[in-house]
Order: sequence, then C-alpha cells, then structure tokens
Amino acid sequence: MELTTEEKSILEEIKTNLATISKERSKLIPILQFVQSKIGYLPQTAIHLVAAHLDISPSEVYGVATFYNQFRFNPPGRNPVKVCMGTACHVKGGDIILENFERKLEIKEGETTPDREFSIESVACVGCCALAPVVIMGETVHGHMQPSKVEGLVLRTRIEKEKQEREKKKNEPSE
Amino acid sequence: MNPANKTHANPFYQALRKKAENKRQDFLNDPVPKIHIGMATCGIAAGALDTKAAFEEALAKHHIDARIHTVGCIGHCYAEPYVIIDHPASGFPPVFYHEVTPGKAGMLTKLFLKEGDPRFEHVLGATVQNEMIPWIMDFPRFNLEKRVVMEKCGRIDPEDIDEYIAEDGYSTLADILQQSPEEIIKEIKDSGLRGRGGAGFPTGQKWELAANASGKEKIVICNADEGDPGAYMDRTLLESNPHQVIEGIIICAFAVGAAKAIVYVRAEYPLAIKIMTRAIQQAKDRGLLGHHILGSSLNLDIDIFQGSGAFVCGEETALIRSIEGFRGMAKFRPPYPAERGLWGNPTVINNVKTLSSVVPVLSNGADEFKKIGTQTSPGTAIFSVVGNVVHPGLVEVPMGTTLRTLIFDICGGIPNKKKFKVVQIGGPSGGCLPETLLDTPIDFDSLTQTGAMMGSGGMVVMDEDTCPVDVARYFLEFTQKESCGKCTFCRIGTFHLRSILERITKGEGQEGDIKKLRQLSEDIKKGSLCGLGKTAPNPVLTSLRYFIDDYEAHIKEKRCPALMCRPLIAYHIDLEKCARGCDACVGCCPVEAVFTTKNRKKAIDQILCVKCGECLVACPPEYDAIVKLSPPELAPIIERPPEPEQKSQ
Repeated sequence: MELTTEEKSILEEIKTNLATISKERSKLIPILQFVQSKIGYLPQTAIHLVAAHLDISPSEVYGVATFYNQFRFNPPGRNPVKVCMGTACHVKGGDIILENFERKLEIKEGETTPDREFSIESVACVGCCALAPVVIMGETVHGHMQPSKVEGLVLRTRIEKEKQEREKKKNEPSE
Repeated sequence: MNPANKTHANPFYQALRKKAENKRQDFLNDPVPKIHIGMATCGIAAGALDTKAAFEEALAKHHIDARIHTVGCIGHCYAEPYVIIDHPASGFPPVFYHEVTPGKAGMLTKLFLKEGDPRFEHVLGATVQNEMIPWIMDFPRFNLEKRVVMEKCGRIDPEDIDEYIAEDGYSTLADILQQSPEEIIKEIKDSGLRGRGGAGFPTGQKWELAANASGKEKIVICNADEGDPGAYMDRTLLESNPHQVIEGIIICAFAVGAAKAIVYVRAEYPLAIKIMTRAIQQAKDRGLLGHHILGSSLNLDIDIFQGSGAFVCGEETALIRSIEGFRGMAKFRPPYPAERGLWGNPTVINNVKTLSSVVPVLSNGADEFKKIGTQTSPGTAIFSVVGNVVHPGLVEVPMGTTLRTLIFDICGGIPNKKKFKVVQIGGPSGGCLPETLLDTPIDFDSLTQTGAMMGSGGMVVMDEDTCPVDVARYFLEFTQKESCGKCTFCRIGTFHLRSILERITKGEGQEGDIKKLRQLSEDIKKGSLCGLGKTAPNPVLTSLRYFIDDYEAHIKEKRCPALMCRPLIAYHIDLEKCARGCDACVGCCPVEAVFTTKNRKKAIDQILCVKCGECLVACPPEYDAIVKLSPPELAPIIERPPEPEQKSQ
C-alpha cells in the first residue's frame, strides 16, 4: 500500500526521534512499539529505518515484529473493530459476532476497508469477561454484544461521520 | 517476623506515615457526602466514566457539595459500575449500589444526597453492620471470601500513594529493612508460599537460589504478562493496588540483592501501565525507590517493559528473550533464570500475585499465613470466575475451598435454570472438569491430579449448552497460534491436534480419531521444552477423559449433544407454535434468512442461515417457536414462496 503524505511526514519525525534512542538490541521492541503508536502500523519503510538504526538486518526486525501479536503491517481503519476471542466470549458466541462484522464490512479479519474507515481484528481477551461477548470499537467497549447490534454500530459510526462532515462544510465559508 | 515486634521505627517512614494519615483524617473528617466509584478497566467498560460524569453534573445542578473518590476494582464484576455512597448526615450507613447507570446516578444524587431517601430498591447492601440495611458481609458472595492479597483493592485510590501508606502500606518494607536478607528468605520459605503464576514453585527457594548465585547485577522481574484468556486478576491488582506490588518488588530486591527491577506488563493493558508508571513515580518522589530507600543502603530502580502480546512470554525464559529484543522463544533449563537469566545475570521472575502476597506474608508472619489454606498450598488463591455464573468476578478464597463452594455458593450457580456441565480451569494449559469432580479442593496438587492445573487462576464455568469438544478445539486453536515454533512436537503436533478436532466438530470425524488424539497429546507433552507445549494437550486429554460420550456422538452420529458446533446444528421454526403476524425473528436476522410462508407463518431458509441464534433470542417466550436441532438433517425443508413485490409490479 502506498504511503500517504501524512504518513511520510510522520516517518521523517520518527527518523529524528530515533537518533535520540540508544542502539542497544533490547530497545528493538520498545522502538517498534513507538513507531506503531505514531503511525498506527509498521510500514516497510519503517522496518528498514529501525533496522538501519540498530544495525541489524531488516529480516531480523521483521522476524521479531511478526512474532508478536501487537504489531500490524497494514494501516488500521479510523474505527478499528476489535472482537474479543477470549474463552468467555467464545462460549457466548464471539465468533458469530466476528462473522457478522466480516459480512457487514465485506472484509476479513486483519483487513481494512478500502476507504480506511473500518478494520477488523480479533483479540485474545480484553479482560472484561463478565461482559462477554465484548467488542471494542475505536475506544469504546461494547459489552453483551449481539449479532443484530452489529449493523446498528456500523451504521451509527457512518452516520456520525457524515454528520461531522456536513457540519464541517457548514462551518467552512464557501470559497 | 513476629507481628508484635513491629515498630515501624524507621524515621523516614514515620514522617511519610504521619503525613498520609493526616491527609486521610482530613478526608474522613470532611462532613460532606462521599461517593466512591470503582474505576478499573472493567468498571470503565461497564460505563463508570459516564456514571462519574452524571454524578458531577447532578451535583452541580442541585448545588450539593460532595466528594467523588475514585477507587480500584473490588472484583464484583456483575455489579459494575458500582458506587458506594457515604452520606453520614442522612443517618444511613455507607450504601453499596450496583449497576449504577448515568440515569441512576442522577436519581440518587437528587433523592438520596438531597432528600435523604436511599432508594432501597437499588441497594445491594450496606458496607457496615447496622439495623436498617442488610450488611454486605452477610451475603455468601462476600463472607465466604478471604481477602488477604486483594484486601485493599476497591477501597483505596490507586493513583494516590498516601492512601496506601495510611492503610499501613510500606510498613512491612520499613520493618524488614532492619533485618538481614537471609532472615527474610527464611521467613518466606517457612511460610510455604508457592508461586502464583501457575506452576507453584516455592518462592523462598527461588529467592534463595538467586541470592546465592554469583553475579554482579541481579534483577527482579515482575511478570504481568497475563496472556491467559479469561484471567484478569493481575490486571486488577496492578490497577487497584499498584503499591502493594511495588512494595513486594522492593522486598524481593532487598532479599536477593538486586538493584534493578522490571515490570513486564502486556501492552493490551493501557490503564494498568498508566497507573503503574504513576505509582513508580510517586514512590520515587517519596524516597521509596531510587537511592538509599528509606535511609537504608538499598538502591532500586523499577522500569516498565511493555509485552507485545505473545502468550509464550508468560514462560520465564521466553519472557527474558523478549526483553532482550528477540523473538520470545523458550530456552532449555537449567541454567535456571535465578542463576543465569536476563543478560546473563541472576534473575528472579515472580508473578504479580506472588509479589503482592509477599507483603501480607511478612507483615502477619509465616505462622499466620500457614493457618490459611492447606498443608501443601498455604494462603489464598485468586480466581476470575466467568462464563455462565450468576455473579462473575474476581474471588479470593483460601486454598482447599471446593469448586462447588466457589461456583455455587460464592458465585451463585448457573443462571437461567440451566445445568452445570464443564468448568475450565487454568486457561489453555488447564483442563475441563465435570460435575463429578466439583468436590475437588482447589490447591496446586489436587488440581494437577485431575488433569487440570491451577494455572494463573482463570476459571470459565459452562452450562449444558456448551460442547466440550468445541472448547478443546478452541484452546488448541489458541495454543497452536501461540506456539513459538521452537519444538517440532509443539509446532506441528498442536496443528494436527487442532485439525483433527476441527474435523470432528464439523461432523467429519473418523473411526480411530480418539486414539490418534490421545497418542499425539502424549507425544506433544514429552517432546516440548516449555510449559506451553507440555500443557497444551491438557484440554484435549481432560475432555477425552470426562466427556468421551460427546466425542463419540460427534464422530459416530454426526451430532452435537450440546447443540453448539454450528456445522452440526440447524435452526427450525415450529409451525405449530409460530404466531401469525409476529415479525420478531424476521427483523433480527442479519442475513434475511427468515421468510414468511404461504399461511403467513415464518420459516428459515437453511441455505442462507448462518446459525447465529438471534431468532432464538428474539422469539417471544410465549411462542417459543424456534427449535435447535442436531444433526441438521432433522430440520424439515420448507420452500420459500415467490417474492410478493414481484407480483405487484
């Protein structure tokens, strides 16, 4: 996927930040976490950047990054959907919720919609098992999910976005 | 240490204590009402932030002067978001309210705080004994528990170190600094404290190994990489009482002679990381960390390392590799980390619960600690009981309590008049136990005998609608994904176990599969280096041992007795029961598989149906027309009439 101009400027910023971090091997994971917190994922350019900084091969960095579940290699949507797949959520039908999101958004788990609005991830236990099944959309935790609530959630997010855009247009003086 | 000898004579500590106690006294003496809100991750997920905002708004609206006090989690997840209102002027004792929505918050502010009516219908209980409102300690969910480690959780503000100090916090540290490290290790050994991370290795022995190991720089690691799905007690301890963990780390560092400590927390726990970072800073500001702790010769720095989400990193050698910046792959032991660990230095790795337990062990003395629990497993155990129980949440009970007491007496049993079927203990490394084993006492050795294990303390209770085969498949899917790939048996063996189980749950099981599962499980156990591979087949072996009938029904009859495995079931609408004109099931179906038959009743298109079960929930109980069937061939095929719109056009 092509990098956006915004992403390119963040990468430049990361480059200058990296210079202040020591070149110890044990800094690898904290650096990757830092990059992901800035840009949302680990683009190929960033992997090369980190490898050059620590003076190890890019494949070594890639090997470590792919080992851990936290790191992702494609951009997350503006509204990342995280479906909990912990034991309690599984027993209460977490996989059905995941399938419903996949069907509704027409993408698979781990993918992002072409408009970069939504992405779906399955996560292992978010630690609120008493509310199972749980979905985290953006920052909000939705407990006691039901398949029929999925459509409403997606729709609500889309409508809110449209509303914001309309208001933005209203506030901007027409050129 | 004999508790009677406790003097807290350390002048640095006395100054801190005095200041903290004064602050607490000021808070207690303040006559205005106090609202305590539980604000850990679980509380926030249940809406505690909205509740807090609603209280603030209502207080401002009614011009009431009250103090909102945010506390950690008390472990009663079923009651979240919970609120305790202490309104002395009303004449009522402090009242515990459960499930306080923003609406309830506004109502309570107006009716209780302003008008003095505590609204009995929303009360769970009172926090002190009195004659008006039932005392919460009279309920089994409260009084059968024995809070030793979690004693302060949910009572103090985790973001304020002074509240911990005022509650006797850090006094144990002040006392032990006058003793020798050998005395402390002896006391821990005498107490019989066993590691709470799962394997139950004696903590004192681990410390002694590290203390005697040669090496310039020794390191203490607090393992908070709680990757076990269904367990969240480490998170709760970090979020609700971080200073007890820090105190435990400092004591451990003093005992083994370490000057550096690392808290390894999952990155998935942002709030725990935030609270812990703040707590470490506060401890530093008060001279409880850094150089010359409380005026002694002890120096210690604590860093936080964010784990990146790999289940295998809960294993100590893999955890060390991940801190060093590599893939978290287990190593052969010995040498044990206590002798040669992080960067080749002697390293003590203890679980959050173990380090939190150290404080009460030393403050009450080893003898007092041994009085709780059983001979071989003294102390208490913390479980997160979730799944199909009435009162899910964190429960701290003395070791030796039976599973039956825990599930039926403390957590209220199974909801919706269903029958108990399986309890899964210890997460992916644990096992599934049936009803016949419910009288097993909970301790390290008894649970291992049944084929399950203590693990980190996750406990998922499942009712009769749960299929043990599917549960075993679920755990294998998890361990197969999380296997680091070093040992062939674990890497490839778990994959094959998973494929066989997947086949069985799809109704494609073959004669001889059960034998294969058993053989493969034994091989994986023998051929793996670390705990992950050694325990990965446990869910399969225990479910084979206790639920063999379910496996046979899947393989021979292609039927799922619990009606859970989706390829083996079908939903069907009983036309006798279905009511004309009711559209509940049509509206809820996410794939439009429900249609209207010729005589205006409803039927399900079996080809479109995704078997989500929404219609079963939506169908009004007075009709109760939706039936689940297994095998799916039992469902009659009803043809869809032509679309009415096409006619009208």
